Amino acid sequence: MRLRTPEHMVTFTFDGKPVQGIPGEPVAAALLAHGQKLVARSFKYHRPRGIMSAGSEEQNALVTVGRGAQTEPNVRATILEVSEGLEVFSQNAWPSLKYDMMAVNDLIAPFLGAGFYYKTFMWPKAFWEKLYEPVIRRAAGLGGLSGQTNPDQYEKAFGFCDILIVGAGPAGLMAARTAGRAGADVVLADEDTAMGGRLLREVEEVDGTAGTEWVATVLDELAAMDNVRLMTRTTVTGAYDQGTYAALERVVGKDGPLECFWRIVAKRTILCAGALERPIAFPNNERPGIMMASAVRSYVNRWGVAPGKAVTIFGNNDDAHRTAHDLVAAGVKVAALIDSRDDVEATGDFPIYTGARVVATKGRHALEAITVSHDGGTRDIRTDCLAMSGGWNPTVHLTCHMNGRPAWREDIASFVPTPDSIPGMVAAGACNGTFSTAACLNEGAQVAAEVAGGLGLEPRVTVPAAEDRTYRIMPLWAVPGKGRKWIDFQNDVHVKDIKLAAQENFRSVEHMKRYTTQGMAPDQGKSSNVVALAVLADATGRGIPETGTTTFRPPYVPVPIAAMGAGSQGKGFAPERLTTSHKVTVAQAAPMIEAGLWYRPSYFPKPGETHWRQSCDREVGFVRNAVGVCDVSTLGKIDIQGPDAAALLDFVYANTFSTLKRGKVRYGLMLREDGHVMDDGTTARLGDQHFVMTTTTAAAGLVMRHLEFVLQVLRPDLDARVMSVTEQWAQFAVAGPKARALLNTVLDREITNDDWPFMACGPVGVAGVAGRLFRISFSGEHAYEVAVPARFGESLFRLLVTQAEMLGGGAYGMEALNVLRIEKGFITHAEIHGRTTALDIGMDRMVSLKKDCVGQAASRRPGLLDEDREQLVGLKPVGAVKQLTAGAHLFEQRAEAVRANGQGYVTSVCYSPTLQTNLGLAFLKGGRARHGEVVQMVDHLRGITAQVTVCDPVFFDPDGGRARG
Amino acid sequence: MRLTCPNCGERDRREFYYYGDAIALRRPAPDAVPEAWDDYLHNRKNPAGDTTDLWFHEAGCGAWLVVDRNTVTHAVHGATLAEKAKR
Amino acid sequence: MVRLLAITPCAGLLPLDVGNVSLREVVVDRMVSVAPFVGQEKAVSAALKDQIGVGLAPKNRAMAKGGAGVQWFGHGIWLVRGQVALEGLAAVTDQSDAWAVIRIQGAAVEDVLARLVPIDLRAEGFKKGHTARTMLGHMSVAITRVGGQAFEIMAMRSMAGTLVHELEVAMRGVAARSNF
Repeated sequence: MRLRTPEHMVTFTFDGKPVQGIPGEPVAAALLAHGQKLVARSFKYHRPRGIMSAGSEEQNALVTVGRGAQTEPNVRATILEVSEGLEVFSQNAWPSLKYDMMAVNDLIAPFLGAGFYYKTFMWPKAFWEKLYEPVIRRAAGLGGLSGQTNPDQYEKAFGFCDILIVGAGPAGLMAARTAGRAGADVVLADEDTAMGGRLLREVEEVDGTAGTEWVATVLDELAAMDNVRLMTRTTVTGAYDQGTYAALERVVGKDGPLECFWRIVAKRTILCAGALERPIAFPNNERPGIMMASAVRSYVNRWGVAPGKAVTIFGNNDDAHRTAHDLVAAGVKVAALIDSRDDVEATGDFPIYTGARVVATKGRHALEAITVSHDGGTRDIRTDCLAMSGGWNPTVHLTCHMNGRPAWREDIASFVPTPDSIPGMVAAGACNGTFSTAACLNEGAQVAAEVAGGLGLEPRVTVPAAEDRTYRIMPLWAVPGKGRKWIDFQNDVHVKDIKLAAQENFRSVEHMKRYTTQGMAPDQGKSSNVVALAVLADATGRGIPETGTTTFRPPYVPVPIAAMGAGSQGKGFAPERLTTSHKVTVAQAAPMIEAGLWYRPSYFPKPGETHWRQSCDREVGFVRNAVGVCDVSTLGKIDIQGPDAAALLDFVYANTFSTLKRGKVRYGLMLREDGHVMDDGTTARLGDQHFVMTTTTAAAGLVMRHLEFVLQVLRPDLDARVMSVTEQWAQFAVAGPKARALLNTVLDREITNDDWPFMACGPVGVAGVAGRLFRISFSGEHAYEVAVPARFGESLFRLLVTQAEMLGGGAYGMEALNVLRIEKGFITHAEIHGRTTALDIGMDRMVSLKKDCVGQAASRRPGLLDEDREQLVGLKPVGAVKQLTAGAHLFEQRAEAVRANGQGYVTSVCYSPTLQTNLGLAFLKGGRARHGEVVQMVDHLRGITAQVTVCDPVFFDPDGGRARG
Repeated sequence: MRLTCPNCGERDRREFYYYGDAIALRRPAPDAVPEAWDDYLHNRKNPAGDTTDLWFHEAGCGAWLVVDRNTVTHAVHGATLAEKAKR
Repeated sequence: MVRLLAITPCAGLLPLDVGNVSLREVVVDRMVSVAPFVGQEKAVSAALKDQIGVGLAPKNRAMAKGGAGVQWFGHGIWLVRGQVALEGLAAVTDQSDAWAVIRIQGAAVEDVLARLVPIDLRAEGFKKGHTARTMLGHMSVAITRVGGQAFEIMAMRSMAGTLVHELEVAMRGVAARSNF
């Protein structure tokens, strides 16, 4: 029922039925105004549940929003804002909210108590995964995901400030005003749609004016300050190291992100997070219509909605009275005020019962009546809404995120933050156990003044007058009586469950939590925690401080993974590195494969080719018989200069580079300090103190980091500088018997075998552009790599391919490149995979003993010199089965193919069109001495067994004459 | 977590590559006994408390840093350039 | 005679305008990295000042004069726009084609960058001429404030597409907000 006539209403739907609401108000308010008491079914027993709170702590009113791929489950109706056309669905009920078949769980509830799963579904073990878990998951649950890709957008953002103020109630507003006026750079974050905290929800005066008016004035002032940023709808969800905080912002806007996940770095933080009202565990205290007293005041005072026609109030503190008076003032009938305390003076034009308890409630789908025990007797009262208040829990959560433990305060029967639990954070106001408005205003201002002062500012404190009631409470946790006394509404945990946990010796609060699941639901026990541990304390005969709390961990409210991972979906997952020839390559329908972050062509299909092998074989033929062109720009290129450039290379390579002549290229092998191979590549000497190193594509970043490590950590005595030039140069391999013929069509000056012999390098003019030429070969053919500044890359690639085609060749991709190198026994990271040594790959003689280098000492460890280690060999099929597979294992011919008999494994395979056979590279125990032996290759995964003969890994042109020709 | 780079100032942990214990600064001589190399390469303490390790400001200025921090409190005491560290 | 066509890193990707933020390619003709050898920083700075009118910028700063500019680019390294000869004083490498350089400008530019860059770019601390090596999304970049509401961003040339894509997503997200 609405208490005020709204100016503008829109229509949304709840379970398909239209409901009117004011744009921006919580869906919960609109449902209450609509008279919709039943909004959800509980997690385990499918009990009918209604709206309980008016904030993010809501335990019952979890709903699903939207449909299809955009479905969002477990949204709290108390913070979901009404908008035109919004589709809201109840969850955890079938076929309907009112007639939920799974409510049968409630009838067998005595069997479903705490620990039920652990005790019942013990065996047979195999049933757990197939039967028990799926059934339980379906029966007990929250909303479901759509299973489709979420098309909604999310965002993440980074924020920085001097002072982060968490919560904009009276303390937070005063803190912001004080710090803001002092000139501090302030972020004020509040999870509500509007700032003001309880001042928006209570009837009281501040500074001689209505609280809401005072809030508006302060907000106007703050909004006008350039140094203050106001973030509404923003929940600070976690406190992390070095002043980093996470915050989730619900974004308002069209076609934009739904939520933004902030990382806010603050020099100081003032926690003004307020307090949460806690329930009382009386029998059947969770029927729809029973809600928190503060929530009732929120709906009446802020949203103009009466949650009932005849409201009863049950509390153990003065807020119960405040609720009654607010209702009367709003014109809502108060059916009774029940105060558990004996010694209170209460006035009001409604029945008042002091020293009384609610001992029973009635009404299946909505509250109809309650029974009050009073003065030795009981009395039934008809009511459709019961407001309860068990007192207030300071919102200490953030102070516990770095292992802080809150301290018990007897006078307010609550936990308060332990100072300095989070470096740089101070608590003020209700979250610090300071409950009156006047005290909150004052503490917010004082704390902000101290914090701002600590930052070198000169704040001044002025505090407005406000009400300063004393908070009087007599703890009341549970009321005895027939029926379940619910504590954790969201996880269906009641008093008996906790007593059972204690009885079964789960006496530690952390054990009780796991055993009963209390506090494990999306709300993480915000409302239930203190009641639960009070009951546990009672059951175990300990005090509450000794019992302690469970650990509050981030996030304070549920954070969608989509928000945390915002920007990392799809293209955001990793940068795409595209070569200068990318566009041309894709235009030729070449399938691209990833190499690190790079995209490279697998092959260039020609009309009529239906299988990649046809394209690959043709491209191999280009290189072996004519000329092929391949973009090799992705290989790491590192420019090395300085007086000690050669010394640096001698130190990072196993072999020697200081002897390399200017204008020459040498193959280099790089070791890790533990003696295993890190990477390989060629390095060219362009000048006395100038080299260009190439690395493999995948290891470019690793090698760059390693070189900086050597220069800064291991050998700061070396005067050399390294700089990546990978991106500067577009580089293309031109390989094949006609390579020189092709190059001579594009080079400004013709080259010959005499002035550009094998392993020569130097500057050249390429179609009028200053470039570099390296005579190196990864195919075993007469080959070059030609480089030009990247801006000319696409143009040169087009030119080279056109010329190659005229010579009977063309572009080749990664598949052909791989075949060409396997035919030659050249290694890649398939072979130097991190566990192989120079000896394993037959390059042990490259490890110079005349100088120190990274990895040299460790490479001489006895275990790495064992002749029985797995060594690089070639394989060829000799039996009926011709197929070889990478990853297959090797065994002696008649040995059983089990791990104990393993002799090695296959690393690379291909079909060689040149040799008309399948080829494999493999590591085989003592392999170099076993050339000629036949072993069996077994691929257990694909079920392939082949007989293979072991041979030298260089299958083609073993004397290397073709590359030198 | 945030580290203060001597070049760039305070930065988010995501910009840094973690290497490991600062023992890397004290590389044994090439002819050191195998045990010395074994310690250098493999043997690490796992302190609950203060520790000194190497980080690389890879997505920043490219400096290798020696960082003093506490594994229990997560406090970061400071960072210096590795090239200027005592060996 | 140059017979090859020059293509800029962001060709086909820019310009782009979303809301009040614009993205434009900055075409760089000549740019080199300068890493002074041990003990040569002063000499390099003097030589640069002599040759292009600007010496080595302090850490995290970029300086420009005429068409030339010197930008701190990391630990012991600077980027210099202009023709320089520093033989024996510093390692000099050609970087003219290595970087996609863009200028992003507009009223909400700091809000856009706050979605991608994990450092504090607010005007009070990051003034005109301030530069930083940091990240943009997953990419390593250099960011320089070149005006009250304008930044220049450099990312690896091969990542130009991702750079523009990331910025476009952030620009659209910010523009869609009703509270900006």
